[in-house]
Amino acid sequence: MNRPAFFLALGLAATAVLPATAQSLVADMSESSISITSNFTGKDILLFGAVDEPSDVVVVVQGPREELVVRRKAKVSGIWMNRRSVTFQGVPAYYAVASNRPLEGIASQTVRAQFRMGGAFLDFAVAASTRHLAGAELLEFREAILRNKRRDLLYFDVENSVQFRERLFRTSIVFPASAPEGDYTVTTYLLRDGRVVAEQSTPLQIRKAGIERMIFDLANQRPALYGIIAILIALASGWVAAAAFRRA
Amino acid sequence: MQIYFPIAEISLNIFLVLGMGGGVGFLSGLFGVGGGFLMTPLLIFIGVPPAVAVATEANQIVAASVSGVIAHWRRSNVDIKMGLILVIGGFAGSTVGSFLFKLLREMGQIDLVISLSFVLFLGVVGSLMVVESVRLIMRSRKGGYRKKAHQHYWAHGLPFKMRFQRSKLYISIIPPILVGFFVGLLAAIMGVGGGFIMIPAMIYLLGMPTSVVVGTSLFQIIFVTANVTFFHSINTQTVDVVLAVLLLAGAVIGAQFGARVSGMLRGEQLRALLGVIVLAVCAKLIVDLIFEPEDLFSIGRAIAE
Repeated sequence: MNRPAFFLALGLAATAVLPATAQSLVADMSESSISITSNFTGKDILLFGAVDEPSDVVVVVQGPREELVVRRKAKVSGIWMNRRSVTFQGVPAYYAVASNRPLEGIASQTVRAQFRMGGAFLDFAVAASTRHLAGAELLEFREAILRNKRRDLLYFDVENSVQFRERLFRTSIVFPASAPEGDYTVTTYLLRDGRVVAEQSTPLQIRKAGIERMIFDLANQRPALYGIIAILIALASGWVAAAAFRRA
Repeated sequence: MQIYFPIAEISLNIFLVLGMGGGVGFLSGLFGVGGGFLMTPLLIFIGVPPAVAVATEANQIVAASVSGVIAHWRRSNVDIKMGLILVIGGFAGSTVGSFLFKLLREMGQIDLVISLSFVLFLGVVGSLMVVESVRLIMRSRKGGYRKKAHQHYWAHGLPFKMRFQRSKLYISIIPPILVGFFVGLLAAIMGVGGGFIMIPAMIYLLGMPTSVVVGTSLFQIIFVTANVTFFHSINTQTVDVVLAVLLLAGAVIGAQFGARVSGMLRGEQLRALLGVIVLAVCAKLIVDLIFEPEDLFSIGRAIAE
């Protein structure tokens, strides 16, 4: 679908959705679930919507929370090995923020912090077992999360990625192949004069499906059976291989 | 064409995986070695989590050893009794190894231990291969060949003796159990069959005739790597069957070509070549260990206990 046609369709859809009720924001996504199948290489999801008058739009996507261990290497007799580690809880496995212009111009730091608009405002709790660091050193570990996640393409801050056309906006959210399965939340904020005037949250699911699902579930729920099946597959394929090449 | 691996949780090019299986299979056919000691580091180099690489490679070796042992079995070059004694030690070693593996993983040190083990063994084995084959090449140029006289093995003095008809031995079962245990430990931690330790140990330590060592080694590797597969499945859920099957498919075909080419080359030169490959992999691992990493910090999902 070319762009004008897309926006036309979107406009029609939007007017159909909000006839009389003066809703200031309406948004939807091209898909509400992602299946990880054997050919999964990541996915782009299109988020689109309409606003009632010129405003700023910020989209925040957060993945399932995970407990994360951050380790720091140090040189021990010539080799680099993991020494210190800190465990953080409630770290979103995936985080993305998209906006129509730089976030600094859209809202004050207080507002951005309140709505987690920007990776810097994510709040990670340190697990009780590893509360031995404080201050600057702990900050280094926190920053390492953002840096590593960005490198793995699991954290994004993309300014100017929300495109407006009149009252319609769209942006695409990129999920890499390494995006873990779980429940994601996509929240679209509408801001005017630096204040959030409307927001809409939509759940998004990422799930392994098909054979990937089957293998993963078996491995985690029935590990003994999985191990035996893995051995039987290996025995059988070894046997077949030997037979196939016996006369060759 | 990319394929997503459900346990490794990464997406890799299917031809890269098949090609690696084929390449290592070719080398194993060419040199008559297992290939696990090359495959596990290669898997780690392409981004497979080390724990998954080890457990998956153990699973693949089960298959490779089955196809390997069949030919030896037909020629009755397998000492089943000795094989089973080695398996007793191997089961114990690989079970202990698997729990050690789980523990090291929780401590965040498993990657380091895997790398260090490979550096140590690849370094020693690779150097020995190169030195030995260079000596043989020099000697064959000079002509003449020195042969060792009869040897008396220290194993002859220990208790619990047993007769091994196939190997024409009457020795204590303690050394084979210990050898089996040690190799089982390596299998669990490194994802290797351990033939490169087992075969020299059989010849020099146990005094087995060379005709039965390869078959017997393969025979016990099947059981030990199967045990490793089982315990890694239970303890760490790191066996990726999809990856194992693809590697195997490549390896089977590669091994056939390798076996054919090996007939055209001379033994010592082959061994020197393998030694160089082994040392190259070892060097790459050392570089990764001693050069300051780009980011000193790394992150990983906490492992629930």
